[in-house]
Order: sequence, then structure tokens, then C-alpha cells
Amino acid sequence: MKKILSLLLASSLLGLTACSKDTDTEANAQQQEANKVVVYSARAEHLIKPLFDKFTEQTGIQVEFQTGKANALVERLKAEGANTPADVLMTVDAGNLWYAAEQDLFQPLNSQLIETNIPANLRDPEQLWTGLSVRARTFVYHSEKINPSELTTYEDLADPKWQGRLCIRTSSSVYNKSLVAAFIDQYGEPKTEEILNGWLKNLSTKPTAKDSHVMDAILAGQCDVGVINTYYYGRLEAKTPATPIKVAWANQNTSGTHINISGAGITKHAKQPNNARKLLEWLASDEAQTIYGALNHEYPANPKIKNDPQVAAWGDFKQDAMNLRKVGELQQAATMLINRVGYE
Amino acid sequence: MNSKLTWQLFLWALIILISLPLLRLLSAWFEPSPEIWQHLYQTLLFNLISNTLWLLFGVAIGVTLLGVVMAWFVTMCEFPGRKWLEWMLFLPFAIPAYVLGFVYLGLFDFPGPVQSFLREHTAWSGVDIRQGSLGIITVMTLVLYPYVYMLARNAFYSQGNGLVESARLLGYNAYGVFWRVSVPLARPAIAAGVMLALMETLADFGTVSIFNYATLTNGIFSIWEDFRSLQAAAQLSTALLGIAILLILIERWSRGRARYDATKRMTSRPYKLKGIKAWLVTFTVASVVFLAFVLPVIQLIIWALSSLTEEWDNRYFDWISNSFMLALGAALLTVGLAVIVNSVRMQARLSWPLKIGIRFANLGYALPGSVLAVGIMLLIIDLGEIISPGTGIWLSSGVFALLLAYMVRFLAVAYGPVESSFDTITPSMTEAARSLGATTPRLVSHIYLPILKPGLVIAGFMVAVDVMKELPATYLLRPYGWDTLAIRIYELSSEGLYDRAAIPSLMLLMLGLASLYMVHLINKRYKIRSH
Repeated sequence: MKKILSLLLASSLLGLTACSKDTDTEANAQQQEANKVVVYSARAEHLIKPLFDKFTEQTGIQVEFQTGKANALVERLKAEGANTPADVLMTVDAGNLWYAAEQDLFQPLNSQLIETNIPANLRDPEQLWTGLSVRARTFVYHSEKINPSELTTYEDLADPKWQGRLCIRTSSSVYNKSLVAAFIDQYGEPKTEEILNGWLKNLSTKPTAKDSHVMDAILAGQCDVGVINTYYYGRLEAKTPATPIKVAWANQNTSGTHINISGAGITKHAKQPNNARKLLEWLASDEAQTIYGALNHEYPANPKIKNDPQVAAWGDFKQDAMNLRKVGELQQAATMLINRVGYE
Repeated sequence: MNSKLTWQLFLWALIILISLPLLRLLSAWFEPSPEIWQHLYQTLLFNLISNTLWLLFGVAIGVTLLGVVMAWFVTMCEFPGRKWLEWMLFLPFAIPAYVLGFVYLGLFDFPGPVQSFLREHTAWSGVDIRQGSLGIITVMTLVLYPYVYMLARNAFYSQGNGLVESARLLGYNAYGVFWRVSVPLARPAIAAGVMLALMETLADFGTVSIFNYATLTNGIFSIWEDFRSLQAAAQLSTALLGIAILLILIERWSRGRARYDATKRMTSRPYKLKGIKAWLVTFTVASVVFLAFVLPVIQLIIWALSSLTEEWDNRYFDWISNSFMLALGAALLTVGLAVIVNSVRMQARLSWPLKIGIRFANLGYALPGSVLAVGIMLLIIDLGEIISPGTGIWLSSGVFALLLAYMVRFLAVAYGPVESSFDTITPSMTEAARSLGATTPRLVSHIYLPILKPGLVIAGFMVAVDVMKELPATYLLRPYGWDTLAIRIYELSSEGLYDRAAIPSLMLLMLGLASLYMVHLINKRYKIRSH
């Protein structure tokens, strides 16, 4: 019996490994770039694949991509070192791009086109990574309960007048860590701590797992106002155009609404650096920028591109102009503060 | 003697292979990170530990209650619909905990349809089911009770009719039989089931995240993500191992000297219920099936129908086949490993270091999949550097790394059932067969295999379904082109697209049900003989 089993074991192993052998052949120096580009992507598959398909259609270059959580992909890149098959790392926040750059995982983009198309505050000062879309984190409110003129700044939500009316997402969301990091940059830690404590006092219920749950709670009457990334609202609005929830822009008379990016860099040990550059340049091009935002109701990173009509209807707004690299640098301090005030 | 020594050495090699990823994580303590620990100690640590212990406590009570009572009803009592319900009670096992989590939150939380209805039509003011720990404990109980049910049911069946009949002759009523006979005798099986459920609870990340209920596992992720310290994350995960060791000690202790004696078979059900009593039992069992399976499946179907055109993709065929292949490969490997360990154990008394080694190798079940995955990744890279520096052996490891992860993580699941079926082979059986002139191959094929088969098939099934549901290790270690259904579920549900995530969830469920049906076919003879 043991023999039979071990035979089964061996054959199943062989079978499985045989299937997996197709990707790892070109480890040894091939001067000529293969006609492909390999992407590690923290952006969910359904939000990025349509773009890759289009790129392949236009250039003939195949895109092989592997999705994962950003920290795991970074760890994988580090572990793989010079042998990595990845040419591009793509994330959905600036913090992880900054960290990957810090870990020396990127090479300079060397692209005039990207430098022209994408504003400087959305790029790494050393050109190691670039933003490709902008995500704004701002207010959503129940339009029958709140007059938008009441909504002014993030810090105003800490005022006792909002007691029992506020919903926010869990602090383990990287978007909230980035937001807190931006507060620290702008106001310093003591003031930020005050703001967070005020928020916590005003919460009507435990922080939710997702931005979409914040809107569910507002709709159900659990609270009146929340802070979310606008593309979640875009999805809700696309489904139920008559929703009583509306968007309002935070900090318009002060620093501007907090933004984050989804972006990418070329890996240091890319085997196809030219194809990688082609891909990123294409993603920064007018055509791709138009699709990129529209796919997920995000904002194009290139300010000259017109917004998708649905998104444009929410109005123009002033963006916080801080360089997003700062957000990465301050993320750890932000988390420590979040833990200290007990924001779950 | 020599061949026995060879086997022991071989066993050592296997155990070391399985333990290496754990040891690699433990080695993180060589690089202490005092600042992070101080911060943790001052802020989260106490809360994380107490949340984790509460959850374990609640789930332990919940799964014991549901699992044991349901198992007792279906083995000891005859009631309307028993035959169907007995099988349906297994089904929640095929639902990933995180899927039940988002379905329950969608249905029963403040904004969900149930509470909205109540608010509209009654004086109900609404409640946030994510507050406190009752909601999350309920969800975890409903997905994890099948572990206890499965093992307790087998144990009850193998107690045979004799004991129950004797107890009844001595004047015990049904409660007396339950408390004084059935439960004490099934204690090892129940304890084993509860322990599996608790290990699974310890390792869970998805479900607790949806409820924003911070456990040690969340802490591990936060350290990794925010403090960028794999070292400290690995250190905190050894706290999980500590709790797991504690659980194992409690299990051993609660087993006492009780041993499986699964040689008997139930020939008929002692309690043929009639009238209102019978229907009451039917109602109780049916409501468990309804809450844990029917209701979530209805919700998933409703969601799936609303998003089918948007979500359907030909690649689903690949994802289904990947899920299936990985599950099959891992089940064969893991059960094979458990069989090898146990056959060595049967041939000779094991030395105590070997026994401890085996226990240690079983600990992987309590580790969050992603932490384990990092351990394996680092390990393979280290090994690669030793064997052939610079060639990147990690990259050519393909699905090996993933299969190793599954083996480390799910050995404990396979080990229990395999161990207890080996325990039913008594030396007297072997002697009797030998004295009748049976050769070794005949002994294996005619005596051992029939006795072992039910246990092996169940072990394989449990591993296979667990592997299909497994997310974090698969997400991290899969080679290019090995996306699975579980990954698709995660990617959609993490964006809050629950209606679309319902489609891969249902497919995963069907794959699980198909495997359950296969178990049913293979183990047909294991069923209670109808009279």
C-alpha cells in the first residue's frame, strides 16, 4: 500500500511541476528582450486587465501579470533579487511605491513622456515611480440630512457637532493610513492626535471593513457623513443614479482634498526594461489615461485628460499638492499614532 | 531491524522538511525588534490577545454544542428527513469562512434587509452585529462546526448499539445516555474536532477583517504592512504557535486515557422518535442546515444571478481546474505523509523526540497562511543559495512551494483521521491474518486497506476542501498562471463587489460538494447498514 501511495505521490508531483515549468526558462542572460512584459500588480485584475489587453492589441507585446497584496509582492521582489521575472511593480497607493523605492527595487524611469504627462507631485522626485491614476478621499453625505455647506474640512469632522453622525473605514485600510500621514505632515502629531480623537468620539458605529460599507451605513441611517475614496461612490451611483448620497470636497479653502495614486515603477532587475517603459508610457498616454480613470471612476493622473462624464459631474476640486512620497515616509508614524488613540 | 531504522530516518527527514518553515519563522527571534514590541505592548497587544482568546472560547463552545448535538441526533435518533439532513450537515464545510462572513454581514448587519425590515415594521432600533464578539463567533461556529460533527458522528457510529442498549436497560433516559455514555466515549474525537476548528480560527484573517475584529493574526499583518518588519511579524506569529501548543496540551489532557475503539458498528438507531418530538428534532437540525447552508446559498445565488453577465469569463474553466488540481495534489501528498508517519508508528514504538517532532510538524495549521508562505519563500531561497548560488532555485520551484505550504498547513487536518484509523488496527488482527498464512501484500490489501480506507478518504476530502478554500498562501506562492477560484473571490470581495464574488463562491461550493459526493461513493460501505 505504501508503494502505491508513494507512486501516486511521485506521479502527482511530477505532473504538477511539469505544468509549471513554462515560465522560468529565460533566467539566463538573454540579451534580446522577449516580446513580453511581466507585471506584479496590487491592482485587482478586473481593473487592470482591460488596459493590458489594449496594450497588447496595439503593440503586440504580451503582458504577463500576477496579482497580489502590495507588501507580499514587494517581499517577493526582494526575495527574488536579480532573478526576478518581474519588469514592473504596480500598486494602489503611494506608500508601497515609496517603500519599494526605499528597498532599492526600482530603476529610474528615464521617460520624457511620463515627466511631461504626469505632474511632479504624483511622481517620485528621483523618477523611480510614477502615479497613473488619482484617487480622491473625501466626504460622502446624506443629502436629505446635511447641507453640503456644513462640510468644510477633515478636521471639522472632529467637532462635537458631528457626534454620532460620522462613519469611517477601519484604520487598517492603507487609504486611511495615508490620510493620517498627510495630517501629520500638515499639522504635526499633537494636532493630528486631537483630530483622530475627535473623530472617534463622533463615530456612530465601529469603523467598517470597506468604504462601500460606509455608504451602506449612511443609506441605512446609521450615520450622516463619511470619508471614502470617490470611485466607490462612482460604483454606487452607476448602479443607483437616484441615490440620496452625494460627494463633497474636503479642505477646498485650505490645503485641498487628500489624494493618493495608483502607480508603478520599473524593477531594478527587469529583464525587459524597454518593454516595461513602453507599457508605463502607454499607460501615461492620453488614450490609456482616458480609459484608466473611466474603468474605475478614478481621476486620470494627467490633468489635461477630460474626466469621465459621471466623474466630471461631481465637480472640479482642489487637490492637496503635497508630494506623495511624504505619505510613504510618514506611514509608520501614522500607524503608531492610530494605535495610540485606539482607532480600530 | 535495519529496515525499521531506515524508516525511522526517512520519517525524520519528512518531519524536518515539514518543520523547516516553522523553524525558519522561529529563527526570527535571533533579530529582536524591541521598539516594535514596546509599541505593541503599550498599544495593541493586550487587546489582540484578549480578542483572540474570547473568539477561541466562544467558537469552542459553539462548535462543540452544534457539532456534538447534531451528530448525536443523526446517529442515535430516527426522525423525518434524517437521511437528507445527515448529509446536509456536512455541507457548510465547503463554504469558506470569509464568504459566510460577507454574506452574513450583508444579510444581518444594520443596513441589511433583515434589520431594515424590522426597523420599518417594529419598534426595533437596530444593532451593529460587528460590535462585541457574538456576531463573529456565530459566523465562525456555523462554518467550523462540521469538523466536530464529522468526527463525533464517526465516533458515535463506532460505539455500536450494545452500550446504548445496556445503558437503557439500566434505566438511563436519552439524556443519561448522551451524557454518561455517548459523549464520554467520543471525547477523543470531539476534542480532535474542536481543536481543528480552533486552529482554523487562530489562522483566520478574512472573516475577522470583514467584522473589523482585531485578533493576533491582524496584528501580524499590521506589523508586516506598517512596520515593514517580517522579523517582528514572524515573532508575533510564534505567539499563535504558543496558543496552538496550549490547545494541543488541553486536547491531550481532555482525552485522558480514552482511546478510540472503532471496531464496532451501529446496526440500527436506538431512538425511533415519533410525533411532536420527532418533528422538533427535525426542526432543530433543519434550522442549523438552513442557517449555515441554505440561507447563505440562496443569497449567493441571488447575487450571482444579478451579476452573471458582467462577471462571466472563459478563464473560469482554468480557475476551476487549478483549484481542483491543487486540492487533489495536496490531498494526496498530505494524506500520503500522514500514512507514512503512521505506518512507521505502527511498526515500532517511536522514540520521544520523534513523537514531539510529529506534534511540532502538526502545528502549521494554526499559522496564518501568508506568514507560513513567507517562511517557505525565505526557506526555499536560503536552500537555493546553499545548493546552487545565484540561479534562483526559488523561481523554478513552481508549485512545489505551494504544495509544501499546503502540506505544512494541513497535515494536522489529515493526521487526526488517519491516526485514528490506524489505531483501529489491533495487533491481534495482524496475528490472526498471519497465522492463517496471509502474505504481506495480502495483509495490506485485504485487512489494512479496508479498515483504513474510510479514514483516509475523509482525511483526503478534508484537506482537498481546505486547500480549495485556502487563500493567503495560494495568493502569495502560486506560480504564474495558477490563479484559483479562491483568489477570484478575494479580488472581487476586497473591492466590495460581493455580488460578483458570489459566482466564484458558488463554483467553489459546487467543487466541494462534488468532492463530498465522491467521499460518499467511495465510503458507501461505511454507512450504517439499513436493516
